[in-house]
Amino acid sequence: MSAASSAAPPTPPPAATPTGAEVLIRCLAREGVRRIFGLSGGAAIPIFDALVDSQIELVLVRHEQGATHIADGYARASGRPGVVLVTSGPGATNTVTGLLTAHMDSAPLIVISGQTIRPNLGTDAFQEADVTGITYPVVKHSYLVNDAAEIPRIVREAFHIATTGRPGPVLVDIPKDVSQGPCSANFVDALDLPGYQTPGRAAPEALSAAAALLAKARQPVLYIGHGAVISGAGKAVMALAKQMRAPIVNTLLGKGAADETHPLHLGMLGMHGTAYANRAVTHCDLIMAVGARWDDRITGKLDEFCKDAVKIHVDVDPAEFNKVLRPNLCILGDAKLVCEELLPLVQPCNSEEWLEQCDKWRQKYPLRYPKRGGLRAQHVLDRLDAITGGRSIITADVGQHQMWAAQFCRTREGRRWITSGGAGTMGFGFPAAIGAKFARPEEEVWAVVGDGGFQMTLAELATARVHNVAVKVLLINNNYLGMVRQWQEMFFENRLSGVDLEGNPDFVKLAEAYGVKGLRIRRPADVDRKIEEARSWPGPVLLVAEVVKEDNVFPMIPAGAPIANMIIEPPRTPLEKPSGST
Amino acid sequence: MAAPEAAQRRRRPHTLSLFVANKPGVLVRVALVFARRNYNIESLVVSPAARGDFSRMTVTCSGDPATLEQIIKQLTKLVDVVHATDHTGDASYETEVALVKIVQPMDRRTETLQIAEHYGAKVVDYGPESLILRAYGGSEKLDAMIELLRPKGLTDLVRSGKILMARGLQET
Ligand SMILES: Cc1ncc(C[n+]2csc(CCOP(=O)(O)OP(=O)(O)O)c2C)c(N)n1
Ligand SMILES: [Mg+2]
Repeated sequence: MSAASSAAPPTPPPAATPTGAEVLIRCLAREGVRRIFGLSGGAAIPIFDALVDSQIELVLVRHEQGATHIADGYARASGRPGVVLVTSGPGATNTVTGLLTAHMDSAPLIVISGQTIRPNLGTDAFQEADVTGITYPVVKHSYLVNDAAEIPRIVREAFHIATTGRPGPVLVDIPKDVSQGPCSANFVDALDLPGYQTPGRAAPEALSAAAALLAKARQPVLYIGHGAVISGAGKAVMALAKQMRAPIVNTLLGKGAADETHPLHLGMLGMHGTAYANRAVTHCDLIMAVGARWDDRITGKLDEFCKDAVKIHVDVDPAEFNKVLRPNLCILGDAKLVCEELLPLVQPCNSEEWLEQCDKWRQKYPLRYPKRGGLRAQHVLDRLDAITGGRSIITADVGQHQMWAAQFCRTREGRRWITSGGAGTMGFGFPAAIGAKFARPEEEVWAVVGDGGFQMTLAELATARVHNVAVKVLLINNNYLGMVRQWQEMFFENRLSGVDLEGNPDFVKLAEAYGVKGLRIRRPADVDRKIEEARSWPGPVLLVAEVVKEDNVFPMIPAGAPIANMIIEPPRTPLEKPSGST
Repeated sequence: MAAPEAAQRRRRPHTLSLFVANKPGVLVRVALVFARRNYNIESLVVSPAARGDFSRMTVTCSGDPATLEQIIKQLTKLVDVVHATDHTGDASYETEVALVKIVQPMDRRTETLQIAEHYGAKVVDYGPESLILRAYGGSEKLDAMIELLRPKGLTDLVRSGKILMARGLQET
């Protein structure tokens, strides 16, 4: 610079032009975003900077995986998309598990990641990672933003895609020079997505064909999945079940779409479902899936699954049709709309005997557990269900405790049961509960977690503490990776390998170290009192139940076996290794 | 006897046509739908479509038919894919270009040139050690010509991959 020019007053920057980051944040606010879960870094600093002057609250997490599960729990509890903001490279790769989890369970998630500046792309620049490349298989859609002018259109599309049809995660990767550079683009409302269609109403012919099949059924079952929860089909499903006189079963993620305590409801089916739900599915003459996808946890050995029953499949995603089996009829449409439109078309089935039979199975094979021999997870969860009256939101991590929670905590309505079903992601439950509590602060929120999974994301205790998110964490501590130990005991001659969680911390002290209330249950007699104590504490609580170490989840259908091979009681003889996967 | 028949059915190539948004990454998204299901892509041609901002992909691939049904649905589901159509066995017009290099002394080329003439292939490079033939037409026809040329000193082969267009007013 010459002396003359340095003496001249500096020209002020054209104040009117905002940065890409500022436009991004305004677009997010316009989408109704009130909170972002994230953790910063170099490539995302301009975006975090733009948050300073925004109404949107930033919730700082302790690990990006935690952010994704918090946002996912927020989304599942509220039906609104959860938004995550992370930096490039490792910050972004730490979201991959969360993206998979959301993708497998159709949760609307928006992950915004910083990226190295455009001239550096492909040069192995510091903290550069090909994040769109790494995440293609685990997103519904993604963007690498090449021009700040595209930000408003991309944000509009991202929210539309994440939340409509079959919801799912969308990733937006933004190079730092794009977020930092000027952006004069206006908001965008109109969508131009010729390759993206979302079905609405079902074809009338499909509905009348369904009505004709339903009319002939004598032993019908309604098999309800997450799609029914997502579309808010609960009332319509229940109305249909009452009108048809058909029992309901639900999947792990379908819990609560219809009230599990209703006399027509047989609870969860599948690998660890109730014996009566599985009996009903084995003997039904018609099964109608509503927003469920015949997952291998449900069907067991496919060739034998509902072999002679008529199968109807209602789904919003046509790619689910004929994917694992070929139903007699597929109905493309939103679960709620389809059930509502079917209602006036269906007659009561001649199903009196069938309902009686289902009740007999219910009497004969109730869920039970030994009342003696120490503190049992089932007992704690049974009491949690009774004490909260099923009126709390429960999230569950992955393992034995998850299955017991699914069995004993009956869900009365949709969006009150949140767990990682498709991915089975350990570490999901606790952060998801934080998200659920953020979304619905007036609700009592419980996270049921295992000692293994909790340790994968427990750093979010700090997040819960700082924001005083009053989640109640029920830690079922068996000092084992219990579900794997169960498999090893049952199918691998009890050759335990890598399942002993020796070295677990004192979890109560750990909670206290974070400034979180820690409580412990050691004896069955303490259960009610400690649950009540946790409920009445105004902030977050970690309630540690020191349960018997070697308990197993029953009923159980070995992976890949026909449902009829369900093991209801602990077996006395060694079992064959399961042929199915995991 | 059922086994070889099934294997043959599996190997029969399918031809798909995709109409896609012309955006970075769309090719990877499409390729991953196949790769994840252990499906092999045999040829793939991407070119601009008549409408700006869109591209046309013609994919030939082989694998079991049930998987193909799922692949087409998953392709259709991609936000950047407007449509994906299986044209296997329909009456679409198909063609392909092949370049074949043959290393052969000048005085031994008579039969090679006869084969070329029979298949309507043009000599596009005629050098002292080698020649290049350019042929086009249906993929099976090119296969047959190439088999005849193999013993003649065929050293290099470049094929464009199949392209096709639906006849009449039908959508490609
Ligand atoms: C991230 C991840 N790693 C590994 C697994 C495999 N897995 C499924 S359940 C389980 C044991 C979980 O142990 P814990 O959290 O203590 O729950 P428990 O079964 O003892 O109730 C493991 C390791 C998984 N689901 N997720
Ligand atoms: Mg455990």
